[in-house]
Amino acid sequence: MASKPYAKPLPVPDSESTPFWDGMREGKLMLQRCASSGEYLFPAVTFCPGSLERPEWTQASGKGTVFSWIVVRHPVPRDIYADLVPYVVALIDLEEGCRMTGNLVDCAPEDVRAGMPVEIGFNRVTAEITLPAFRPAEG
Amino acid sequence: MFKLRDKYAIAGIGTTDYSKFSGRTVRSLATEACLKAIEDAGLTVADIDGIVSFNFNDSAPAMGVATEMGIVNAGYAVDYAAGGNGANLITLAATAAIEAGLAKNVVCFRAMNGRSGFRLGGGRDMSAYGVTQYTAPLGWITYPQAMAMWARRHMIDFGTTEEHWAEIATTFRDNAVINPRAMQRTPMTKDDYYNSRFIVDPFRMYDICLESDGACAVVITAAEHARDLKQKPVYIMGGAYGGGPSQGDDLFDAIRWPSHSHNCFKYLADDLWGSAGIKPEDVDVAEIYDCFTYSVLMALEGLGFCKDGEGGPFVMDGRIARAGALPVNTHGGLLSEAYIHGFNHVIEAVEQLRGQSGARQIEGAEIALTTAGAMTCGSAMILRN
Repeated sequence: MASKPYAKPLPVPDSESTPFWDGMREGKLMLQRCASSGEYLFPAVTFCPGSLERPEWTQASGKGTVFSWIVVRHPVPRDIYADLVPYVVALIDLEEGCRMTGNLVDCAPEDVRAGMPVEIGFNRVTAEITLPAFRPAEG
Repeated sequence: MFKLRDKYAIAGIGTTDYSKFSGRTVRSLATEACLKAIEDAGLTVADIDGIVSFNFNDSAPAMGVATEMGIVNAGYAVDYAAGGNGANLITLAATAAIEAGLAKNVVCFRAMNGRSGFRLGGGRDMSAYGVTQYTAPLGWITYPQAMAMWARRHMIDFGTTEEHWAEIATTFRDNAVINPRAMQRTPMTKDDYYNSRFIVDPFRMYDICLESDGACAVVITAAEHARDLKQKPVYIMGGAYGGGPSQGDDLFDAIRWPSHSHNCFKYLADDLWGSAGIKPEDVDVAEIYDCFTYSVLMALEGLGFCKDGEGGPFVMDGRIARAGALPVNTHGGLLSEAYIHGFNHVIEAVEQLRGQSGARQIEGAEIALTTAGAMTCGSAMILRN
């Protein structure tokens, strides 16, 4: 049985972000790091803010804590998200010190807490694209 | 810092009707509001040589409106690519243009078919480029979804609750009920607020502003010129534009912002008060950008009306009502008057300072604050009569 084509928004990787999306597809969280400041960067850039150096790509732990989150109950666009609500989008403070975006799964919306430990999971939505989906982790 | 204290004035104001369906082009709304503002000032189109607006590709170009009005030589015709942060930026830009000799009388406008045409909250392209590639594919697409993330963090850091937001929503509705221009004139009780459905937690429907078709315009001219015109001048005492570090590409690009429990106004405050030479306690009426209930708290805290985290308790017990110590959004705001992207706040401030606000007039109002923006970048003005 042919599956329905994926109808939700998809990222368009560019020259800055391709290593991130390649990593996601391979089940790895790849982040940029500034060699001189040691700072990890998300989203991807060409120049490190401040040092203006070229960042290097490195694999991150995928562990972090919940900084903030929302629970989408009213689907927009309606026809595209009606099957998914309620769903959670979160900002995650990664162990490496930067903040990133992701969905939060395997957790009832009402059970999400600030500071809750999470780890990254990989939500493969097409052959090319895998999205970050964090899930609760042992503290 | 803005150095033109009291040298420029708002000499005229104009608005269209605010509605869900204008049935008209955005350009015609803009032209109507501009023509009304010019007439209100006692000027004619022949006197206008500058026109400034801001938009998200959802408006009529300033030059197009100048063309429809028949402006012969629009020496300063500029469209700023800006969202809610732009509403005071364009008026400050007009003073700068006049000071530089680029124009003498500048009309500033914001026009949109925000409900019947391009809906800002209505979703995006299915291909996510730039920073959006990290947000939209997660189902993080609309404005309420973007700002609920900030509102949540304010709750986490400071214990802000829905009671504070309910107070804001119902206070502004009380003001809209007696405002003939307001789109929402049905009274709202606290129960109505609590019974409104959750759209994106922590926001209920009544935490979220309206969507509107309409336009607002003002005429900016030199203070000494304004004194010879038809209306009592409203002087621009001070103003500021900008934000803090990591303002980002767009409203979803706040990922590097230091903390989502404060916004741009913390960074604007010193320039704003310094440029006007006054303090928060000198303000008689505040028209604060309220795309969502919580954004009022961040503006009050950031601008120093109260300490960080005390915005919630500050707004309780009628303090921001018309009879309170600091009346806020006497027109009903974006939540209950209309969403003309904060430019309707400028209109209300001018009417209050002229004493033309009818039943909602704050007696003796001499100094007004207007703000625009709710996240990493914003603008604000101090006006006086």
